[in-house]
Amino acid sequence: MNLFLKRAAVGLAAIAALGFAGSAWAQKTRLTVYTAIENEQLDPFKKAFEADNPNIEIAWVRDSTGVMTARIIAEKDNPRADAIWGLAASSVALFGSMNMLEPYTPAGSAALKPIFRSGKSPETWVGMDAFLAVLCFNTVEAAKGNKAKPTSWADLTKPEYKDSIVMPNPASSGTGYLTVVGWLAAMGEEAGWKYMDALHQNVAQYLHSGSAPCVQAAKGERLMGIGFDMRGASEKTKGAPIDLIVPKEGLGWEMEATAIMKGTKNLDAAKKLADWSASKKANELYGKYYAIVAHPDVKANPPNYPADGEKAMLKLDVEWMAKNRDRILAEWSKRYDGKSAPRAPR
Amino acid sequence: MTAAAPARPMRIGLSRDDLAMRAGLVLLALWLILTLALPLWSLLAKGFQDRDGNFVGLANYITYFSTPALVQSALNSLKVSLICTVIVVPIAFTYAYALTRAVLPARWLFQGIALIPIFAPSLLPGLALVYLFGNQGFFKKLFGGEIYGMDGIIVAQVFYCLPHATMILVTALRTADARLYEAADALGATRLRVFLTVTLPGAKYGLISAALVVFTLVITDFGIAKVIGGNFNVLATDVYKQVIGQQNFSMGAVVGMVLLAPAALAFVVDYLVQRKQVALLTARAVPLVPHPSRGRDLALLAFCGTVAFAILAILGMAVWGSLIKYWPYNLSLTLSHYNLAAADASGWGAYFNSIEMALGAAIVGTAVMFVGAWLAEKTRGFGAMRGLVQFLTFLPMAVPGLVLGLGYIFFFNAPGNPLNVLYGTMSILVINTVAHFYTVGHLTSTTALKQIDPEFESVSASLKVPVWRTFGRVTAPICLPAIVDIAIYMFVNAMTTVSAVIFLYSPETKLASVAAVNIEESGATATAAALCVLIVLTSATVKAAHLLADRYLFDRLQAWRRR
Repeated sequence: MNLFLKRAAVGLAAIAALGFAGSAWAQKTRLTVYTAIENEQLDPFKKAFEADNPNIEIAWVRDSTGVMTARIIAEKDNPRADAIWGLAASSVALFGSMNMLEPYTPAGSAALKPIFRSGKSPETWVGMDAFLAVLCFNTVEAAKGNKAKPTSWADLTKPEYKDSIVMPNPASSGTGYLTVVGWLAAMGEEAGWKYMDALHQNVAQYLHSGSAPCVQAAKGERLMGIGFDMRGASEKTKGAPIDLIVPKEGLGWEMEATAIMKGTKNLDAAKKLADWSASKKANELYGKYYAIVAHPDVKANPPNYPADGEKAMLKLDVEWMAKNRDRILAEWSKRYDGKSAPRAPR
Repeated sequence: MTAAAPARPMRIGLSRDDLAMRAGLVLLALWLILTLALPLWSLLAKGFQDRDGNFVGLANYITYFSTPALVQSALNSLKVSLICTVIVVPIAFTYAYALTRAVLPARWLFQGIALIPIFAPSLLPGLALVYLFGNQGFFKKLFGGEIYGMDGIIVAQVFYCLPHATMILVTALRTADARLYEAADALGATRLRVFLTVTLPGAKYGLISAALVVFTLVITDFGIAKVIGGNFNVLATDVYKQVIGQQNFSMGAVVGMVLLAPAALAFVVDYLVQRKQVALLTARAVPLVPHPSRGRDLALLAFCGTVAFAILAILGMAVWGSLIKYWPYNLSLTLSHYNLAAADASGWGAYFNSIEMALGAAIVGTAVMFVGAWLAEKTRGFGAMRGLVQFLTFLPMAVPGLVLGLGYIFFFNAPGNPLNVLYGTMSILVINTVAHFYTVGHLTSTTALKQIDPEFESVSASLKVPVWRTFGRVTAPICLPAIVDIAIYMFVNAMTTVSAVIFLYSPETKLASVAAVNIEESGATATAAALCVLIVLTSATVKAAHLLADRYLFDRLQAWRRR
């Protein structure tokens, strides 16, 4: 009996040792990466990075920007992510101001366009690509109702568009906030609020996500939606009868960024990810999905994007946006949210 | 009455059984505190802090109550919840009455159909209603106005809440003492009078529970309001805006706290009702077997048929939507949306994670809930601890998943908490789901247990049979239908739950319900519908297996109910 136990123990130990050796040999660093990039991008991004870094394995945690941002802040005292790859720069900058990021200047990041960098030394985050809040306009529904195609924000206040516009609620969606800030920046505060008062008469609904307006426009649920350009372009590729319009007054925009979480146990692997994310190769990958990328030499040309987007990007002061957020949202909610909003009867 | 001091030998001391049950009750209370009260508190406490964590007293509450738009949301929430309760409870009661007290052809089929809404993620009625009555909907003209707004919320919520109420009411109506009806018959009481003086009072506890459950379900759900609510603001979407839109946990906590008010009310109402509830199924009871009655049966059949048709229409629309190539511009049919891997890298993995999680939640949840309810019901004395448990079981019903989910991060991810090894595992998803759906399981158990005469225990005790044997031999077998109902309820809810677990999954444990929301947000509506349909099919298969087992297996265990 005793002998049998001993033998069994030796056998088990041998197996365990073999197992250990085996796993040590094949040991990959598992990098937990929090992201809000689109579902269909997860696999290509992971594969491309892992092909160049065979010892690192990416484990994605992906949800919408708001959910990821709330989760990262809630986990602040005991961070679970090693790195962030593809989350709104305004959120990432917020983590920076909360001292949650590991400062690191990725190799080659100096070559990127200046607005795609945090501007700190060393950098706290580096941008990847920019997205715009454009106008998605459904041509089939327009033909049915004999509605003209708008070319400017000012056009949207025309009475013919009554109840035919959807846009994200800035209190629920980052895209909504940057749209509102874009108007305030382009027109000045007073005129901006006046514009939104007029626009409010035509808005059918304020939605809770930045993707939803272009999706609703694509499916003919509404004539047009103000929202995230990438979503509009991908719906158009799937066959939606929409045009992506860049209103001539200019656009609010946001970018996606990469950063390393402070306190990560896999700092070296996270640095590799940051380096790779700033490389030209990575930017070529971003360019398959986004029209505007960080690297100046990469010619991004994804299908169905408006051509003139980058030139229309308004000058936005990210710090001002963050500082005035509560005030602007309070004002916006007071004016337009729910029943308190003065609105002509339907 | 309570603990006996050894100095006073005249009182009856605590038996070993009593001690064991009290210990069990303490363990249950501890479990509820760890999985519910503390996580909730770790978020709600932020309502008294500013964004940087400094204590600010009631400042956030003052801001809240002085913002008219927020107060308007509270009023909207109350209104919608009341309307839905008033619509759902009578429908559910009539339906449950037909299932238990009438002779229906294909009764099992109606029973199954009534449960379909519970199998579906709350995304499904939203999507189906857009397909049906949206601006491009097939029946837009029929509906008249805009589906986006209060009307849409009510239609979708009625669909979504119906099975919850029906389940409680079926349990309440299932156990009845035929002798009462025989006596009423012998005395020549009219049908109406029998209904008003025997049936309704017998189901009173179930009716009130059902109303409370529907009310709180509607007031806390944000999934439906988000998809179809339009500009109609409710408390749950306010939490969403504060927490997800603005990462303002302090204000989110305030709204969460306001949402707890109905739970406190429910607790008080339940307490008042409970004091008066007497056991229906006495040891001498004779189970009621419905006798055919043509007029009543036909009327109830027509009613059930209408309800079942409405439910199937909504489900059918979602199935159709999942097959349409590009709605509404290319209505040709395709199966390509069922290729989940194309829409979400974790597609099928998420589906199997969901099944694993749902099985875990069903097993753990049912065991904890039923044994817990039994302990809370049958432990003698120890009033304070029972009251505490009773209160804790009412909390989750009134807590929006969002609040519970964030609370779990703050509590279970705290660096000093030894339980933080659970964070990021499947276990935490199971624990969270059990906590989130505790109320209905507990209420169902309690409803079933209350209908058993305490005489069973007294007789057992006088025969010196240990209490656990009475539990295993008498109580649990009598309650088996309710126990299986709870297990299924846990399974199907675990398959569809989103709002709490959305904060808790890790790369390995992403769930299908969360994937469906992500896919819908990315615009792939048809794929989202497809995933919802898969979830419905899975739960429906489980339920079908249950119904079959019920007919051929459990029937024998329940044979004693018949004469």
